[in-house]
Amino acid sequence: MTTTEPPTVRVVPVRHYGRWLTALVVAGLAAMFLRALLTSPNLEPRTVAHYLFQDYVLDGVVTTLWLTLLAMLLGTAGGGLLAVLRLSDNPVLRGVSWTFIWVFRGTPLLVQIIFFGFLGALFPRITLTVPFTGTVLFDRPTSVVITGTVAAVLALSLNEMAYAAEVIRGGILAVDDGQTEAAAALGMGPTLTLRRVVLPQAMRVIIPPMGNETITMLKSTALVSIIAGRDLMTAVQSVYQNNYKVIPLLLVAAIWYLALVSLLSVGQWLIERRFGRGFARGGVR
Amino acid sequence: MTAMVRAEGVTKRFGPVEVLKGIDLTVAAGEVACLLGPSGSGKSTFLRCVNHLERIDGGQLSVDGELVGYRRQGDKLHELKAREVAVRRRDIGMVFQRFNLFPHLTALGNVTEAPVRVLRTPRERARAEAMRLLDRVGLAERADHYPSQLSGGQQQRVAIARALAMRPKLMLFDEPTSALDPELVGEVLDVMKGLAADGMTMVVVTHEMGFAREVADQVAFLDDGVVVEAGPPDEVLGRPRHERTRAFLDKVL
Repeated sequence: MTTTEPPTVRVVPVRHYGRWLTALVVAGLAAMFLRALLTSPNLEPRTVAHYLFQDYVLDGVVTTLWLTLLAMLLGTAGGGLLAVLRLSDNPVLRGVSWTFIWVFRGTPLLVQIIFFGFLGALFPRITLTVPFTGTVLFDRPTSVVITGTVAAVLALSLNEMAYAAEVIRGGILAVDDGQTEAAAALGMGPTLTLRRVVLPQAMRVIIPPMGNETITMLKSTALVSIIAGRDLMTAVQSVYQNNYKVIPLLLVAAIWYLALVSLLSVGQWLIERRFGRGFARGGVR
Repeated sequence: MTAMVRAEGVTKRFGPVEVLKGIDLTVAAGEVACLLGPSGSGKSTFLRCVNHLERIDGGQLSVDGELVGYRRQGDKLHELKAREVAVRRRDIGMVFQRFNLFPHLTALGNVTEAPVRVLRTPRERARAEAMRLLDRVGLAERADHYPSQLSGGQQQRVAIARALAMRPKLMLFDEPTSALDPELVGEVLDVMKGLAADGMTMVVVTHEMGFAREVADQVAFLDDGVVVEAGPPDEVLGRPRHERTRAFLDKVL
């Protein structure tokens, strides 16, 4: 067998003229937009900077954060329970879960928030008695028990439960039947199989949309400003209702929301990497 | 010899389709039985009935003297709860066509999972036992690999080690080499031959005629939901008495 030198050739990659052209157009448009923004007399960067770190704005940020955290924790826990009920063999439990999801996914979050804010108009007092005995354990006016904050947490987490339930159910269904069978063949019971085999694999499917849910939740907390929820949006609203500097204060809120969402995205990326273990793509060990 | 698996007139239907039409089969303890037959003959379904992955509709099926999926009380049969079924499955190992390893656990994790969680074996002891089993299937140095990092043959050998970790008295194999590249079939069959030589009771659904001829004590040919003929491999494979068996063997040999 004889070897011949292959002829020397030069490889010319595809030239992406289109990319240069779009870069030029986008840069031009961005420059025009920035110029319009910065020359506007109503943007007031100084005002934005002034309010960005005011105490009541920071308090609002903290409230927004813990509202998000609490609603997501309760929402995910309740959603997990609803998902399991929805997949249960028991038709009554399936029906309960279905109805809950139907109602809370089928009505606007804003309506739910206002509803819980005005719960006292429906039930003026909250009373807890031992059935058939008349012994009263607890009796208070609704407006005292369900404060603006409690109503906000209730509405946000109940609403989130409905969405989280569907996300988690989807994740569980995405796990191959063969996994459940293999676990069953090893003598693992249904609960153990769910906890040790199905859920860890479902997490890969559940986490990206739950990250999405968390980001949506962070922004949805702005809706509780309608019932004076003391969040970031309520804080900036109460300022611009006094000084009419609407645009700068909305910018303050937007900057904070964007910063918090960016942080959440990083967290999501880290968690996704953790649960990608053992899978070919993104399989970090 | 005592019967490990005894099936009498076992029937099973999926909706309108009767998949098993009365299976009669006895597998003695320590015996290797190979189930052969065309696809759709019901051999895999029957195997899945043996550890109650499918519920039978009629007849009687027992493993080691205990009814599968039911408890007899007087003249009534009570269906077992999921938890009770799980307890009985501990003694029956199963190996699947598509391996079904847990992808989020390493090879070692796959083997130790059930002993630790189900039998409550202390973790250290389970690890030592798992390493011994992985060594037996020739994969001790792959213990820390995830299933996606193993070849099909290696995955199937881990799956066998995983089933053995429960110290089963019966092993079921559902076409264990059908999803493998041809050059990987041998390594899995070698492990199975070793098991057979050690006296494990095995029921194997397979298309590997060479394995059946060499290892099986009993070969059962299934077609259309019944056992057409069963007996020693020399007889069933060498001198089949039924036309259907002959027709099948002509196609596969």
